Amino acid sequence: MTKKKKIDVLLHKYVPKHVLLTKAEAEELLETYKIRYTDLPQMFEKDPVAIAIGAKEGDVVKIIRDSETTVSQINYYRYVKKEKV
Amino acid sequence: MSYFSRTKLIEKIKFGLLSPDEIRKMSAARIITADTYDEDGLPIPSGLMDQRLGTIEPGQRCQTCGNLVSNCMGHFGHIELARPVIHVGYAKKVLKVLRSICPECSRLMLSEEEKENLRKEQIKHRKIFHEGDEDITKIVFKRARKNKTCPYCQGKKKKIILEKPTTFYEEEEAKGSRRITPIEILERLKKMIDSDLRILGISPKNARLEWVIFTVLPIPPVCARPSITLDSGIRSEDDLTHKLVDVIRINQRLRENIDAGAPHLIVEDLWELLQYHITTYFDNQVSGIPPARHRSGRALRTLTQRLKGKEGRFRSNLSGKRVDFSARSVISPNPYISINEVGVPKEIAKILTIPTNVNDWNIEQMKQMVLNGPNKHPGANYIIRNDRRRIDLRYVKNRKIIADMLSPGFTVERHLVDGDLVLFNRQPSLHRMSIMAHEVRIMEGRTFRLNLTVCPPYNADFDGDEMNLHVPQSEEARTEAELLLKVQEHILSPRFGGPILGGIQDFISSVFQFTSMDSLYNTKDTLKLLYMGGVFDQNPDFDLEDVEPSIKEPIPLYSGKQVFSTLFPDDLNLRVRSKFCKKCFTKEGGECKEEDCESDAYVTIKNGVLTTGTIDENSFGAMQSNSILQRIIKDHGNARGRKFLDNATRMLLYVIRQEGMTMGLDEVFVKGEAYDNIQKVLEDANQESKRLIKAFRENDTSVLKRAPGRSMRETLELRVRQVLAEARKQAEEIAANFIGDEAHSVIMTKSGARGNILNLGQMSAVVGQQAIRGERINRGYTSRTLPHFKVDDLSPKARGFVSQSYRHGLDPSGFFFHAMGGREGLVDTAVRTSTSGYMQRRLVNALQDMVIENDGTVRNSDKNIIQFKYGDDNVNPQHTDHGEAVNLDVLLLKAKTLNMNEIKEELKREAKKPKSKPKKKRKEKEKKTKEEKIEEDISETETKETSSSEELPSEEELQAEFEKETGKNAIWRGKITQQYKEWKEEKYGV
Repeated sequence: MTKKKKIDVLLHKYVPKHVLLTKAEAEELLETYKIRYTDLPQMFEKDPVAIAIGAKEGDVVKIIRDSETTVSQINYYRYVKKEKV
Repeated sequence: MSYFSRTKLIEKIKFGLLSPDEIRKMSAARIITADTYDEDGLPIPSGLMDQRLGTIEPGQRCQTCGNLVSNCMGHFGHIELARPVIHVGYAKKVLKVLRSICPECSRLMLSEEEKENLRKEQIKHRKIFHEGDEDITKIVFKRARKNKTCPYCQGKKKKIILEKPTTFYEEEEAKGSRRITPIEILERLKKMIDSDLRILGISPKNARLEWVIFTVLPIPPVCARPSITLDSGIRSEDDLTHKLVDVIRINQRLRENIDAGAPHLIVEDLWELLQYHITTYFDNQVSGIPPARHRSGRALRTLTQRLKGKEGRFRSNLSGKRVDFSARSVISPNPYISINEVGVPKEIAKILTIPTNVNDWNIEQMKQMVLNGPNKHPGANYIIRNDRRRIDLRYVKNRKIIADMLSPGFTVERHLVDGDLVLFNRQPSLHRMSIMAHEVRIMEGRTFRLNLTVCPPYNADFDGDEMNLHVPQSEEARTEAELLLKVQEHILSPRFGGPILGGIQDFISSVFQFTSMDSLYNTKDTLKLLYMGGVFDQNPDFDLEDVEPSIKEPIPLYSGKQVFSTLFPDDLNLRVRSKFCKKCFTKEGGECKEEDCESDAYVTIKNGVLTTGTIDENSFGAMQSNSILQRIIKDHGNARGRKFLDNATRMLLYVIRQEGMTMGLDEVFVKGEAYDNIQKVLEDANQESKRLIKAFRENDTSVLKRAPGRSMRETLELRVRQVLAEARKQAEEIAANFIGDEAHSVIMTKSGARGNILNLGQMSAVVGQQAIRGERINRGYTSRTLPHFKVDDLSPKARGFVSQSYRHGLDPSGFFFHAMGGREGLVDTAVRTSTSGYMQRRLVNALQDMVIENDGTVRNSDKNIIQFKYGDDNVNPQHTDHGEAVNLDVLLLKAKTLNMNEIKEELKREAKKPKSKPKKKRKEKEKKTKEEKIEEDISETETKETSSSEELPSEEELQAEFEKETGKNAIWRGKITQQYKEWKEEKYGV
């Protein structure tokens, strides 16, 4: 078996910027939207980007990307969840 | 149920399985006999129609609950089964559990440690998500299945197989397989301990798995399976009753056989039969077994079939219901009613009612309506008195007495009258414009009448289409309809930020002829047109004398452009290119001549006057963005837009009726030189194709060069198609030139009213290549399409090129090819509608309860965030300009025509005013004022210069100066404008 070439997914042009939020930042986010962690959209702990930025279960990740149709720099948030099976 | 009934809240719903004890406890009767009624037509006690299961006959009291039919909701019975039987729906779950438990001691085959870990995971998940994690249960089954030896009793587990639908086998490599009877399964499941069940995701309190193996079968109440008495007096039983008869009969036989000590084999057979009947009782479409059938051969409709699918309980009775206060009829057009209106037949208006509260102000009207009664039109059908008693006016002998009885507080269910709001709908209801609110207009005749311009949103035509009408019954519903659902609120479509309504078909032809260069009308005709267009209603001060006719001598003549302009608001400014535009600016070195366009294709509307350009589909059609209608609505609101559309269509209808618009065969008859030219073009193309085919046969690459990535054959097809398409196009052009621009068919196509050039070409010049699946026709016989041709004939004619026109007539082979192509189109549309319908259903189900919250987030019904900002920019597409929040071109055009002095005045006034104005000035407005300020500065300097000149210039010079300075007309429609007067006064103090 040939060794798999390691690729930094963060450098790929189709991968938007991911930022790991601190606990305080995450709490603040929940407060602004008046939501619980589970109301956020989710991403898996095994997601290549989650691995790359070291996001663990329970973390909140901020994704900054440009919209094709509208404004640039929109923030999205994802709750990191453990993948089962 | 009354309007005043108390509302109760459902706190929670619990789903679970019925245990045998529970079934017995709730049972009103044990059913023993398989028969239903005796000879006298009385239900047999302990039979399937036992009276204890609830009454069905009116006037009879229920033996169990003592209620009458209306209040008795029926009671379950039960059958004691001779042998246990498995529930089909749970067979898979049973298999999974059997595979993960020990056959000896029924413990879950995982070590304590593993169990504890999984339990912890489960608790953690529950804390966050408030529900169990199905993924963990999956892992439990997966791991437990792997263990072959029980960690508690060292029992050996064998491989268990489920033979669909309900038979289980235990397999041992050496000994082969052995059936596990439901009795055995029941024993194993019974022995399971609660904690093990919990880890497997089964609630031991509400749904112990052993309960899916029936020892007792519940019998649904009679009202759930009513029998029908036919006219002939014969009773016909429900499918469920039929099935239950089978179950009971076999159950009895099984019991008798067991009691009599019958051989094992017979008992087994009967047991299996019982299992079959119970399986089909639950679901008659289980794969692996034949469906149970009625005597006539029709498959029985049992429990699952009652609930499932489009005709099932959920989709047809719970998600959608039949409703009262609705009507359905054929639709037909009436261009004289507003788009906001719908013509309702008197017959329907007399049946549909609106509950109206009687008060001091309407009591006289209501009295008259009650006097008129249910059969005379503006009448009433019912009265609801103060004590909520309902009086049916059909059976009242003297309505005078009732009418006099009327007092405030009564409710009169009166007939539909002019001006009532109703909802109007045409299926398929694909978007929100499929249901809109219209005002009622009572009419003679039996069809619903609607304005032609609302056809596009409903996708309606008048070839027999039917539409539905619903009458909102409450004040809230009517208000909501008025504010949100009226047709005028939907002129702008949320799909593309432009009007979905607009001129269609004849209106486009009409407006095209009307506003073209050579349309002129004398004073009499003009006045008639203005009257048709409601100009005098819209603007009572309007006087034709004020408009300067475009031709004064020998008699005053007004141009169509002038007349059409009277419909616009005074401050309408617009620049659009019409369909006639030759796109000069896209050509190299070309430049758009704008107002000076030779083909009059540059539509300019300046301060509400159409100066140049012929209006056509681009500026007046439905589904055209940046049309006149859109600009009017953006500046003056939906109501003004509606009025414009109503008035314009009425005026245009009159125009086209005077002018006439028709088309005959001779219009597309191309003869003489043009015909010969077309034939020559076609012949040349034919020769060229033959040359290519020859090259293909001889593999002559100098003539037929292989296209990259294609075989020689494919290349040939490609080239031949190209040659023929080119020929068709040329022929079309020749025909179009021959027919000219004056022909009505050409006017229709060019203005965008109906049809396109290709259609015209097919009628007059050549029908062209027929295709199936995007290729020339190549199916039929071996190596040929029809027996008319030689084998392997690749010539255009043999492969579906129809070289005649419709006018000329198709030859037999051409006719057949054309039919083939036509059929493909039909099949395509049929397939497309069904697939897109299914897609639509899935999409709607996924998106239906999403909501934009006040904080701008899009959330579902659980309040989970789906999108952090609606559309990423919080912009409502309905209020955009073709998707853009701000249309700069339009803003600039508007700014150019603004009167600087007026704004200056306004600013001054504004500055003087105390700061009471609310802060929520729109961004757009601010932007505009900024632009204005800049221009203002410029104009101010100019003003100073001009005012310093001492001599007063002549009137003409002044007017010219005013126009130059402000871009507005000093004289408009023959009158000196107010703006000019003010300007003059301010500047020179005159």
